[in-house]
Amino acid sequence: MTSSTDACEPRPALPFASLQQQRIAGRFGLWLFLGNEILFFGGFVIAYAQGRWTHPDAYIAASAHTDLLLGGIESLVLLISSFIASVALRSLMLDRRRTAIRLLLAVAVLGLLFLGLHGKEWSDEIHEHLLPGHGFDGSGGEQLFFFIYYVATGFHGLHVLIGVVLMAVLAQRLGQGRYSARHHPAVELSILYWHLVDGVWMLLFTLFYLVDRT
Amino acid sequence: MSDATTVDHSYLDDGNRLIDWLTTRDHKRIAILYALAIAGFFFLGGAAAVLIRIELVTPAGDLLSAEGYAKAFTIHGVIMVWFFLIPSIPATLGNFLLPLMIGARDLAFPRLNLWSWYVYVIGGLFTLATLIAGGVDTGWTFYTPYSTLYSNSYVMLAVCGVFVVGFSSIFTAINFIVSVHTLRAPGLGWFRLPLFVWALYATSLVIVLATPVLTTVLALIAFERIFGVGIFDPLIGGDPLLFQHLFWFYSHPAVYIMVLPAMGVVSELITCFARRRVFGYKFMAWSILAIAGLGFLVWGHHMFVSGQSTYASMVFSALSYLVAIPSAIKVFNWTATLHKGQISFEAPMLYALGFIGLFLFGGLTGLFLAATALDVHLTDTYFVVAHFHYIMVGGAVMAYMGGIHFWWPKITGRLYPESWARFAAILMFFGFNITFFPQYLLGMHGMPRRYHEYPPEFQVLNVLSSAGASILALSYLLPPCYLLWSLRRGKRAGRNPWRAAGLEWLSESPPPTHNFEQQPRATREAYAYDQLD
Repeated sequence: MTSSTDACEPRPALPFASLQQQRIAGRFGLWLFLGNEILFFGGFVIAYAQGRWTHPDAYIAASAHTDLLLGGIESLVLLISSFIASVALRSLMLDRRRTAIRLLLAVAVLGLLFLGLHGKEWSDEIHEHLLPGHGFDGSGGEQLFFFIYYVATGFHGLHVLIGVVLMAVLAQRLGQGRYSARHHPAVELSILYWHLVDGVWMLLFTLFYLVDRT
Repeated sequence: MSDATTVDHSYLDDGNRLIDWLTTRDHKRIAILYALAIAGFFFLGGAAAVLIRIELVTPAGDLLSAEGYAKAFTIHGVIMVWFFLIPSIPATLGNFLLPLMIGARDLAFPRLNLWSWYVYVIGGLFTLATLIAGGVDTGWTFYTPYSTLYSNSYVMLAVCGVFVVGFSSIFTAINFIVSVHTLRAPGLGWFRLPLFVWALYATSLVIVLATPVLTTVLALIAFERIFGVGIFDPLIGGDPLLFQHLFWFYSHPAVYIMVLPAMGVVSELITCFARRRVFGYKFMAWSILAIAGLGFLVWGHHMFVSGQSTYASMVFSALSYLVAIPSAIKVFNWTATLHKGQISFEAPMLYALGFIGLFLFGGLTGLFLAATALDVHLTDTYFVVAHFHYIMVGGAVMAYMGGIHFWWPKITGRLYPESWARFAAILMFFGFNITFFPQYLLGMHGMPRRYHEYPPEFQVLNVLSSAGASILALSYLLPPCYLLWSLRRGKRAGRNPWRAAGLEWLSESPPPTHNFEQQPRATREAYAYDQLD
């Protein structure tokens, strides 16, 4: 009982005078972090753009080897997961705790599905000798394309994995009654992060699967 | 109720087992943790500098092999840039003072602050591992394709260390920005903030916007080493120059990450020891932001001889000259602040005046290097080495030392011995100039950097430089001795031994864990010394 009354009357964390101040600070901090993430992936985009500028034909040839169908399904999976994450946040705000837990777990499962599908793509491409380095089947420019492809999607996959862990931890903590309908900064911020991971994928999907595909 | 128990209780009394310190979320204790770790790396990087200067006493390569010398200057650069200069003022003085200066109980995210220190330590362990494994010989700039395809040293370990430590500065920067936006005391509007807070704020913006690009480029180096090919590999049509663009997109702003906080410290010291309002406060604040912004537009001046387009070089050259404008505003305004001030020459003031002189010299020689024609002659000579040491060591380290002395009474509650401190400050100024001024001359005469041997005609100036370095080393060893002595034997400092104007001096010395007994209010402009005296 005591824990539930505590949950009803949350108190602001140490340096803050009010819950609202804490929420604003948390959101602002996370947006700064997201800006930072965008610049991190921005470096890969610059590298991609420079390669595309110097080797346009090789990039067109290389992008024909990426799996449009699987990539498309992966995009759908992430988009749906982002939608579900928003609904999960909304249910928590309406104090529908059990629904929120189920939805967060669904997000985690979809994240894992994404990783599985993308792992399948990677292994197919490795079988087609598209891994940069010794034994690569294609021109130098195509190697450049696949180098960026593996590094950028690899780092994106790492972000998805972190998101999956976050969602699972949040679901477990919600089960312990940790967050209240009024005050749940960790849930809100993690879901914001998940949307960014989704957004970054949309950018990578466009660059590696869609641009000038013949 | 809880307030009543914390009144006479300083942050230093709040549990002194090791575990209390290692799990603390108090910004003041985290600042101390940072200060200790950073001091350790400073002396490690300094040891590498000692090796370099001893080797260069004679023209022949007798102490170190060419490879050993390359490893010595690489580890010197990596440690001094990423493990000392970048975190030095923000993570120690900034961490300790920012909440006090804005009248807050702590930074916005205390746990993230502690994480930042642990991440720094993990990055530091990678660097120590690099050193123990056998070192790295690429230079601190990790230029490709040498770092990716040809170097047989421990590039991966070193790159991992720098990759990891980047996150610690990003965490601190996010914490600072959010704190300044959300936790200012009532009455403390933006244009009442001390310039040190402005400087930390601008520095944090630069860190957040530049560091992720360094992270990207280090990741690309690491994967190029793993795959054996990559986008910087000219053999498959990649472009090694792309590395330089991405690297300097971070590393030029990084210069301002090092020097902006130093400028902030100097503004505090000059006003206090001239007992005057800072001249042109708003110009000072805006010029900090202007330097931070322009810093992102000038990276190409590191690449004048790289084969980039001449037109690009012209634009980068012109933009680099622009940086001189806000920098000059700052120097002129500090000087104007001194005018008709009641100046006293306590040790922090000596450091601050030293900063102005050395920064001026470093900045003016920076203009030489921004001129494309002259730069072709001076690139990769000791002129460049002297220039950036004047800014980073002459500038940033002098300000760091000045700041440590100025706030030492606040941090520890004790006064340091004044005459020893003045002696060390003066020694440092002369030692520094004797070390690095000859290097300008060496560079003008064409002595290239990064070689362990040199033609005999350069010996006199090199011996002078090494002699100066030994004076400089002594002046760095003195402060730890008398500062540690003062921890037990120093006189007790009251709340405000300098009669300084900032909010941090309203708190006890040393401050209680929660900083202020009551939420302070800002009733005056910053630096209202005319109203104070």
